[in-house]
Amino acid sequence: MPRQPQPAAAELRGVHKRYGTLAALDGLDLHVAPGELLAVLGPNGAGKSTAIATCLGLVEPDRGSARLFDESPLRLAVRRRVGVMLQSALLPDTLTVAELLAQTRSYYPQPLGTDECVRLAGLEDLRDRRYGRLSGGQQRRVQFALAVCGRPQLLFLDEPTVGLDLDARTALWATIRTLVADGCAVVLTTHYLEEAEALADRVAVLAHGRVVAAGSVAQIRARVAQRRIRCLSTLDVATVAAWPEVRSACRDGERLEIVTDTAEIVVRQLLFEDSALSELEVQRAGLAEAFTEITREAA
Amino acid sequence: MNTIATRMPRAALVRCYALESRNEFLRLLRTPSFAVPTLLFPPLFYTLFALLLGSRSGNFHAQIYLLATYGVFGVMGPGLFGFGVTVALDRERGLLTLKRAQPMPPGAYLAAKLVMAMLFATLIFTILALLASAFGGVRLPAGAWLQLLVVDVLGVLPFCAIGLFVGSLVGGQGAPALINLIYLPMAFLSGLWMPLAMLPGFIATIAPLWPAWHLGRLALGVVGEAPGEAVLPHVLVLAGCTLVFLALARRRLARG
Repeated sequence: MPRQPQPAAAELRGVHKRYGTLAALDGLDLHVAPGELLAVLGPNGAGKSTAIATCLGLVEPDRGSARLFDESPLRLAVRRRVGVMLQSALLPDTLTVAELLAQTRSYYPQPLGTDECVRLAGLEDLRDRRYGRLSGGQQRRVQFALAVCGRPQLLFLDEPTVGLDLDARTALWATIRTLVADGCAVVLTTHYLEEAEALADRVAVLAHGRVVAAGSVAQIRARVAQRRIRCLSTLDVATVAAWPEVRSACRDGERLEIVTDTAEIVVRQLLFEDSALSELEVQRAGLAEAFTEITREAA
Repeated sequence: MNTIATRMPRAALVRCYALESRNEFLRLLRTPSFAVPTLLFPPLFYTLFALLLGSRSGNFHAQIYLLATYGVFGVMGPGLFGFGVTVALDRERGLLTLKRAQPMPPGAYLAAKLVMAMLFATLIFTILALLASAFGGVRLPAGAWLQLLVVDVLGVLPFCAIGLFVGSLVGGQGAPALINLIYLPMAFLSGLWMPLAMLPGFIATIAPLWPAWHLGRLALGVVGEAPGEAVLPHVLVLAGCTLVFLALARRRLARG
């Protein structure tokens, strides 16, 4: 007998959602396997937050279906397996970190200990501080602690590192990696492409309420053939820019910077024209370039 | 495996409701703009009008009468403001959305606010009762004190429902203003600050429109200032008012 496939941790199938004349979601399909980290990218208004709200049962789709572990997200039992960090949830200012944690921990059947939650989010010194007296980054970390306090098997993180300094962000990434290594599935929306690059098993790019590209970070990056050549050269920028294989060229001080689809041909030509050329570098496009390209195509 | 992991024992659910209520109470107790007027104004007014000025007028038992009516005035506050402003803020600031996404037991949100309002009502009753018996010379049978406590604590219900409806209508900025527009005129027109007999006749004629008047009649009945008053009609009006505003608020909140 074939093994029963494990149900998706979260799944959206053909979800349509309109607000008046605006189609927020336009036939969105999304699939998150258990233990996988999916990064959802997209420009503002692409439907990322509506997609998460639909997964959580906060928004009822006009058409299509949302499932968590193959159950309706409206069921309390299934939400006890899920942790949530929303983009804009302001907690009561006058309650302390410990009081907020105690409250949210009580929603879950087998929560982490308070010490553990506080440690995971780096809040050791702030337990008795009132929420309203914390900095923006500290408040974000409290929200993260509330999201993970129930030992979730699925975690929704909507822009989790906005407002965090570099150290706090790196620490949070390490915590997220540990959670994923322990089998927690994560749906992460972010504006920071390096965040997706650092964490994601898979990336889904949304535009106009649909997935316009999905795959591993490498696959998404490969959708863009562009490479960037940088070198020290005395060649005239206008001349180089006129070469048929060159998409664009510009000068950055001493340095010449060229964008092209066929780096090999351009490099050969460069070395031929300028024998004194030095410090040659060729870079593949990052996720940022890929992302810009893909969403522009979809527009 | 998962069914076991996601089931909550009853004790855990009780703990969850208790923590939710504790946090809601602490949250408001630590908010001076709520706690100070709510806990201070009724005893302040009572001291001024019943203890300092009341003793001079002599035509009615100010100390007893105003104990009943300022109690009602006092418990309207936590119901109207405690529900109205916090629900409006929670909606506006996304807390309600977060709670709906989290596995909070349905009902815990409103139950916690109700417990908060009842705790504040108990505090207000206690402060007024101490003032009245210590400085106003008010002596009531134990049964009457207890009945007055029940009237005050259960009396928050219609005002919680009205507050909830207001909170479902307007934002956090507008809610306090709108609630003051309901709270203060209704208290005055219901004879909570001074007996309706001292006011123009038409105010007494329209008084049965206000839930606060009905609650006031119940409280006055308990302390013997409304002899022969039938209890049931007032209870029915208050219960009906609670249900109507609860239903209206439900409709608003479901939409959004």
